[in-house]
Amino acid sequence: MNRRRHHDGDDDGYEHRNRKRRRVSENQEIEDRLESLILRVGERSTSSVESNLEGLVSVLEADLGTFRLKILRILSDCAVKMPEKCTIYTTLVGLLNAKNYKFGGEFVDHMVKTFKESLKQCKWNNARYSLRFLADLVNCHVISASSLLQLLDTMIDVSNEDPVPQVRRDWYVFAVLSTLPWVGRDLYEKKESSLESLLLRIEVYLNKRSKKHHNALRVWSVDAPHPQEEYLDCLWAQIRKLRQDNWAEKHIQRPYLAFDSILCEALQHNLPQIVPPPHHEAYEYPMPWVVYRMFDYTDCPDGPNLPGAHSIERFLIEEHLHHIIEIHHRERKDCAAQLLAFPYKNKVPLEYCIVEVIFAELFHMPTPRYLDIVYGSILIELCKLHPATLPQVLAQATEILFMRIDSMNTSCFDRFVNWFSYHLSNFKFTWSWEEWDSCLLLDMEHPRPKFIQEVLQKCLRLSYHQRIVEMMPETYGKLLPVQPQPNYKYASEEAASLAGTQVAHQLVVAIRQKCTPEEVVNILKELPNSGENADQEMSETSFNPLKIDVFVQTLLNLGSKSFSHSFAAISKFHLVFKALAESEEAQICILHNVFELWQNHQQMMVVIIDKLLKTQIVDCSAVATWIFSKEMTGEFTKMYLWEILHLTIKKMNKHVIKLNFELNDAKEKLSKADSSSSDSEDEAAPKRKKPVTTVDKPTEEMVERMEEKLEAANVDQKRLFLIVFQRFIMILSEHLVRSDTDGRDPDTDWYRWTIGRLQQVFLMHHEQVQKYSSTLETLLFTSDLDSHILDVFHQFVALRA
Amino acid sequence: MSSSSIDLSSYRDQHFKGSRSEQERSLRESSTLYVGNMSFYTTEEQIHELFSRCGEVRRIVMGLDKYKKTPCGFCFVEYYSRSEAEMAMRYVNGTRLDDRLIRVDWDAGFIEGRQYGRGKTGGQVRDEYRTDYDAGRGGYGKLLSQKLEIGPKC
Repeated sequence: MNRRRHHDGDDDGYEHRNRKRRRVSENQEIEDRLESLILRVGERSTSSVESNLEGLVSVLEADLGTFRLKILRILSDCAVKMPEKCTIYTTLVGLLNAKNYKFGGEFVDHMVKTFKESLKQCKWNNARYSLRFLADLVNCHVISASSLLQLLDTMIDVSNEDPVPQVRRDWYVFAVLSTLPWVGRDLYEKKESSLESLLLRIEVYLNKRSKKHHNALRVWSVDAPHPQEEYLDCLWAQIRKLRQDNWAEKHIQRPYLAFDSILCEALQHNLPQIVPPPHHEAYEYPMPWVVYRMFDYTDCPDGPNLPGAHSIERFLIEEHLHHIIEIHHRERKDCAAQLLAFPYKNKVPLEYCIVEVIFAELFHMPTPRYLDIVYGSILIELCKLHPATLPQVLAQATEILFMRIDSMNTSCFDRFVNWFSYHLSNFKFTWSWEEWDSCLLLDMEHPRPKFIQEVLQKCLRLSYHQRIVEMMPETYGKLLPVQPQPNYKYASEEAASLAGTQVAHQLVVAIRQKCTPEEVVNILKELPNSGENADQEMSETSFNPLKIDVFVQTLLNLGSKSFSHSFAAISKFHLVFKALAESEEAQICILHNVFELWQNHQQMMVVIIDKLLKTQIVDCSAVATWIFSKEMTGEFTKMYLWEILHLTIKKMNKHVIKLNFELNDAKEKLSKADSSSSDSEDEAAPKRKKPVTTVDKPTEEMVERMEEKLEAANVDQKRLFLIVFQRFIMILSEHLVRSDTDGRDPDTDWYRWTIGRLQQVFLMHHEQVQKYSSTLETLLFTSDLDSHILDVFHQFVALRA
Repeated sequence: MSSSSIDLSSYRDQHFKGSRSEQERSLRESSTLYVGNMSFYTTEEQIHELFSRCGEVRRIVMGLDKYKKTPCGFCFVEYYSRSEAEMAMRYVNGTRLDDRLIRVDWDAGFIEGRQYGRGKTGGQVRDEYRTDYDAGRGGYGKLLSQKLEIGPKC
């Protein structure tokens, strides 16, 4: 009761606030309802799109006064977020413009602003969809064809800019080309010669631009049966075909056609002069890509035809499907449902289109948009939704991929292995292996048997050895992984003749009795140093390989039961490891001993080396050097070794990125604190100021220290890349020279794998590697190198040129 | 609002030391996942391989029978970041590991002791009462198994 009485006192204010709150909330309700109506127009309902639009127009007409700004924003949001509904919203704008010319003009200005903003913010897809929207407004008589052509011409002017990255010029041309399916016909009817001039300018540009990057992005190195077209080349071919057909585009639904009589009465607006923002150092443009194709109409059963490679329909369908994946990828079940609900699903062999688009993303070069498992799990959901048909399409796709695997690039090979093993693990590992048994006649290093070997290794990780043996036909015996057991020589038949056996056994007893690391060090002291390092005073980097041998192999064998056991062992005796790993040579010795023990268990190798890096027992550079060492030549073409290299590089990259982030964060906080303290500099008694919490505000010294740390990390990172690339160059050059001397063809399986691995390093870590491009060019990738090796580097550089 | 793959489930740990809202806050910030419905024979290695496809696994703690100290069909998977754990919620939950559909859910964080089953006979509670036959989880549920051992009364 008391509370209410308190309010009675300022009754007027309360009531006033209440009224205002009601009005505000009413407005909010109306805005929300408008938004909902606009967003939902064109969605499946009992009435047609056209009548839905008519209804919506009559509702909005009344609200154009009060809710103008909100409606403008909703419409431009729709343009950018729902590009596949472009024509629905342009029709809506067209009808509104016909009723209210002023609003039409305001919308055009607003949309132009949206377009310019997205260019400045490097939001390239948004910009392209905005441009497309503006172009389609010509079809709705909102914008004049001539002013649009002026804009398109201005954008093509960018193709003459110099010196700017080619990727900038490319994007502007791509943006213009991708509007033409919508507006080509109209421009052809009204301004044919201007359109032709525009196309000629585009053609000239496309003929002279460099395509050095193309090979780096190809999934397969050969063009049969489907060429891996560079994206601009492909779109140009599709537009040319559309032009040949007199721009008769039949795929896009155009509601505005039904309203032609109304719309053609409307007054058009002219676009203002739009100047593309000039190139800025900080601008990053989209990287080029290839158009991935694995099916053509002959692969699909009876039913709707798969549109040809150079049909504009193919472009539109693929763009739409990719966009569905972009919108829904976070919810895999929704994603699968939305893909299968594709609005044109009766016009195309939808499942083939979907499977092709998903593999396009999985095999995208340099790296896929999302984690591999995103695509794998969406494919599983698709199989669940269409169990009678989709698994067959997927099996067909797998077959095609396997048949063409000899020309598949190494990065995609790895992804294919990972995807297939994952997929099998969700379907009881059932597969018709016998159908592939002709591959058993090929050399083991050939991609086909190698693929199966690597798949079986991955399947082993997801199941267990007996399962793998049972699931394969007997003929596949030689491709089966061996039992993933440790190979502990000190308990084997040869143990008696080994130098370290006695101490090894002592160590086992001691560790089982829970001895301390110091006690381990004492036990190891009994081991003699081998001849080369006998004189310990001489070499500063001397180490005792026998000590390392006995310790590492014994300890890890004791921990061999599981990953956790091994990790616990490493943790408990971390001191001993650190004492033994005093030099890079010593660290490489440790790695070699891990290999000796665990060479039959690839997964264990990977996780142990990962742990040794994490606990800073070995450095990244030691791992890199070890991978290229003579001892590892037998493992050199096995996937797991490269898994190890890439996790090593990723650790280094993550470290650098983290320090960079922390430094920028600290710098920002420091400058904010500085600016706020400078505001109050004039205070009479600064001592009475409340102290800024030291937790939040970093000191200049702290920032300096962070800068030093980052500098050191960058040095380490650069060194790591230099080691890796230098080693690659050495072994590849050696191979090429030797082949030349012996008169043999250098193009062996080993050579292809190795060149593929070199390329994989560039592409998987391209963001970090490109920081050092000029160093790499000056120090390593010099013009005297064999052109095959040099090409890999040049293709990489061309990705951002 | 439709449900999302990363939403909290309705499960709340009755042994959690703290209030409901504290538990929920931990769940919303956690990078630790509970994985359930595994076979007793599923290994740390298999779990590591699958979950590593979503991010860098920090640690796996196998769920153990309190008395036998053998795996009893669940585990905890810890990532270094929440976003990686979210990937597992989105893309691993409801898929197969070792031929079984596994359930992945948020966990407030591993504490020593939480690796043990809380069922009376040492395994998970659900294995006490279930009545189906599950070869990967010791056959029939514990109570039913005991009844079957005793035999029909007539």
